[in-house]
Amino acid sequence: MPRLTRENIELAREIISRYPRPRSALIPLLHLAQEQDGYVTDEAMEHIGELVGITPAEVLGTCSFYEMLKLEPVGRYLVNVCTDISCMLLGGAELLEHAEEALDLKAGNTTADGLFTLEDVECQAACTEAPCLQVNYRYFTNVAPAALDQLLEDLRAGQMDGDIPPHGTLHRIRQHIPPERAAGPALPDGGQAPAWMAPAEGA
Amino acid sequence: MAPLASTDRIVSRRLEQSDAHTIAGYEGTGGYEGLKAALGRPPQEIVDEVKTASLLGRGGAGFPCGVKWGFCPPGVWPRYVVINGDESEPGTYKDRALMERDPHQVVEGALICAYAVGAAQVFLYVRGEMALAQERLAQALNDAYAKGYVGENIAGTDFSCDVVLHWGAGAYIVGEETGLIESLEGNRGMPRLKPPFFPAAKGLYLQPTIVNNVETVCNLPWIVLNGGDAFAEKGAETSRGTRLFAVSGHVQRPGIYEVEFGVTTYRDLLFDPEYGGGIREGHALKCFIPGGASAPWFFDEHLDLPLETGAVGKAGSMMGSGAVVVMDDTTDAVRAAWRVVRFFANESCGKCTPCREGTNWLAKIMRRILDGYGRPSDLDLLRDVCDNISPGLAWPPRMTTICPLGPSAVSPILSTIDRFRDEYDAYIAAAVPAPTTVSIPVRIRAKEDAGV
Ligand SMILES: Cc1cc2nc3c(=O)[nH]c(=O)nc-3n(C[C@H](O)[C@H](O)[C@H](O)COP(=O)(O)O)c2cc1C
Ligand code: SF4
Ligand code: FES
Repeated sequence: MPRLTRENIELAREIISRYPRPRSALIPLLHLAQEQDGYVTDEAMEHIGELVGITPAEVLGTCSFYEMLKLEPVGRYLVNVCTDISCMLLGGAELLEHAEEALDLKAGNTTADGLFTLEDVECQAACTEAPCLQVNYRYFTNVAPAALDQLLEDLRAGQMDGDIPPHGTLHRIRQHIPPERAAGPALPDGGQAPAWMAPAEGA
Repeated sequence: MAPLASTDRIVSRRLEQSDAHTIAGYEGTGGYEGLKAALGRPPQEIVDEVKTASLLGRGGAGFPCGVKWGFCPPGVWPRYVVINGDESEPGTYKDRALMERDPHQVVEGALICAYAVGAAQVFLYVRGEMALAQERLAQALNDAYAKGYVGENIAGTDFSCDVVLHWGAGAYIVGEETGLIESLEGNRGMPRLKPPFFPAAKGLYLQPTIVNNVETVCNLPWIVLNGGDAFAEKGAETSRGTRLFAVSGHVQRPGIYEVEFGVTTYRDLLFDPEYGGGIREGHALKCFIPGGASAPWFFDEHLDLPLETGAVGKAGSMMGSGAVVVMDDTTDAVRAAWRVVRFFANESCGKCTPCREGTNWLAKIMRRILDGYGRPSDLDLLRDVCDNISPGLAWPPRMTTICPLGPSAVSPILSTIDRFRDEYDAYIAAAVPAPTTVSIPVRIRAKEDAGV
């Protein structure tokens, strides 16, 4: 089972370097592991622990708190149907039921071909465009049952590969701070008034 | 109140501009001018300007922004700024729109905040599920660094500050500011006790930290350029300037609307053709949630209340996160209330017993009523559990928990039992006795193969 690849170790180091304390990079690094393997493996957690200087148990402790970090494999497409209040009022629960029938499973499960995992989720902050769903955290809004069928078909046919990367890949544009422009992390025990405050407020 | 002219909008000015997320599109419409203007003035003047503006936080608690900035203990360095982009309160949709469509405005606002309070580093904490917002902010930051708006010696001054994009992994409670800080330290996002952990005094790494909502800081460039007085001229009483409201549910025109704060009424928001446009064809208003899932519900008689913190508070609710969820006469009040309670039960972090146990029991009892196994004693039981979470059932709630999430779960239940008692009674009257083989007839959500 995989630890982080060489490229991902580089990326991990870059991410860690932005924080005053390495542990703060934990969630971004767990996402990186999930991007690499589709879910967060034990080996990746161990490796991340080494990179930020904590134990694998501490990594798991944080990891297990968060809904998006999966400790077991899920489908290539995570289909998250919102059934929360604004969506419920406009057919969110029925949309979920429709998805359950279309995929022949109950929410919380993965299709046998490993293509889809269906989830019944809380508000996605698209309430004025209800009902809505996300596929790998990409939005589809005002979704009618027929549109859901079409979406599943397109996903199966691989027609959305450009728009929707496999589960695990979140944002595809990353922040890079150019070293010559970086102010650098503010270390908590730095202790000095910043230059622009110094005349106003003494250290 | 007449709808706000598009030229009078402050934070949502660029939401329809298709290239606003690019640095060219932003600079071409006055972008980063507020930051440059701020850097030409002493930091304290910016703090004073924001105090004059009476800008209230837009994240939910509505605390005066300039006053909070003033709480940083003098002489304690470094200070941090954390921008709260975790938007996940049911019904709330405005911070994501700002981050996706006008990301530079968020960056500029965050930098003005950092300059004013003397913070040496900013973290933008974006909700994990918002991939596009993360991409837009990452691109915006990369471009802003290249242009010298972020990082070392910003715009050639002695103001140096990195802005770091951080992203979460799915947990509503992380929106609470101390949970946010725990999460940013790489921990489970469980809130800290306040006092002593007021972020302005003891926040990130126990250093002074200003946590501000995305929409709050989006007002800052405008305030710097136009003055706190001009901001305070809009609105009324405690509620000045303009504010975004997301109107969702059974209205003709669900949407995000920037309105004049303090004077616009709920009636305007729901019925004005420029805003909600009225209830869907052929139906009438039943009730509405005036400020996010945590808020007690409102009815017809509240429509003429202005969107003013004091007035809404006196009427027994709050504007919270600016989320207005509208329900018409087709709505099953018991089911709607259950759905909100289920949210809080799912999202309780588990740190306090009344919340962890209470919200889950509330959701289970509500579920059994809906499933046709309700008991005549269930309404008293619901109230009793509510009272254990939120003693005295007062508004605002008396706090026995570490954060307000627990008491929030009480709001939808009390609102609907008070007003739609007959709907509960109808469910319970039609109920069949619970099957004797199962002691608690509830449907537990579990994986099919989980073996329960
Ligand atoms: C349970 C809970 C969830 C919250 N969620 C959010 C959120 O998603 N976004 C936000 O800005 N504030 C949220 N808040 C409010 C924050 O704790 C904090 O008051 C706010 O971010 C401060 O920024 P402001 O003063 O600019 O509003 C939440 C509060 C609680 C109690
Ligand atoms: S009230 Fe609930 S969510 Fe808030 S700290 Fe306590 S257990 Fe966690
Ligand atoms: S309730 Fe579904 S997105 Fe908010």
